[in-house]
Amino acid sequence: MNRYLIPLGAFVVLIGFFFVGLHLNPREVPSPLVGKPAPDFKLSRLDSPAEQFSSTSLRGKVWMLNVWASWCVACREEHALLVDVAQQGKYNIVGLDYKDQSTDAKQWLQQYGNPYQLVVTDPDGRVGIDFGVYGVPETFIIDKQGIIRHKVIGPITSETMEKTVAPMIAELERQ
Amino acid sequence: MSRVALALAVLLLTATSLATAGEATPTAQDPVTQARTMELARKLRCLVCQNQTIADSEADLAKDLRQQIAEQVNAGRSDSEIIAFMTDRYGDFVLYKPPFKASTVMLWVGPAFLLVLAFAILYRTLRRHAGASEATALTEADRARARAVLEEHMEGESPK
Repeated sequence: MNRYLIPLGAFVVLIGFFFVGLHLNPREVPSPLVGKPAPDFKLSRLDSPAEQFSSTSLRGKVWMLNVWASWCVACREEHALLVDVAQQGKYNIVGLDYKDQSTDAKQWLQQYGNPYQLVVTDPDGRVGIDFGVYGVPETFIIDKQGIIRHKVIGPITSETMEKTVAPMIAELERQ
Repeated sequence: MSRVALALAVLLLTATSLATAGEATPTAQDPVTQARTMELARKLRCLVCQNQTIADSEADLAKDLRQQIAEQVNAGRSDSEIIAFMTDRYGDFVLYKPPFKASTVMLWVGPAFLLVLAFAILYRTLRRHAGASEATALTEADRARARAVLEEHMEGESPK
């Protein structure tokens, strides 16, 4: 009996690994910044480039930093959801326009809607590097102390919004 | 096309593709900075084209990061400081060669371990079969019977 149980057992273990592994995304790179302070930045506003916006001004508030660009096709997938959520007025969403041309960015927002409280521009992507951005879109949830609590890699789906983002923001607001 | 011609054509095509593959076009800089930048870039993974180093990749992010490295080199940062800058922001995956840590022990040791395990099982199985074959060695009586059967069926040919 033992002769057959051992290979069977090994097979079952392997199948277990396959089931877990097939659900994972091998390209996803988890962020080492979760739980660490969000890098402070001071960037020009998209609507008035002469004005600079400093991220420290958002201390005491729970906010989302949404990294997007007009050339990013995947960003369109989550944009309708963001516009919808913004219309409900629940969240502070700041847009980081990553490696983009301002004219293209403004046109894109006019075409697809503007869910952002404000948009800052990062034309050479340096602030992006500080946040460990390696693709677009990416969204960071930041708490009242300025600590990054979660990073959404890729477009935010309604499932992610419902199951992860909304409950987390509700919890952080309570703190 | 003859097989030889086909083989030569394939060889030629692969040879030319190998010739053009190489490191990404470098940004204009002095050679010392350039050399050190590329040396560091070869140790880091491009997170967009994840099988390439930052040195090899033509992705925008790779270009930006090469630029970052060059600036830090010029600012006088040490190699370990620059590597730490990258791993702080992107995590261990940005290192092209995975570090040897508790979390990567299985990655490094696993294949060798499985190989040893496979050889151990093979050895055990062979030992068992070698033992079994002793019992089926021919006895003299068996040999005589075998000879008789052979003489019956092979007319004119003598069994050796």
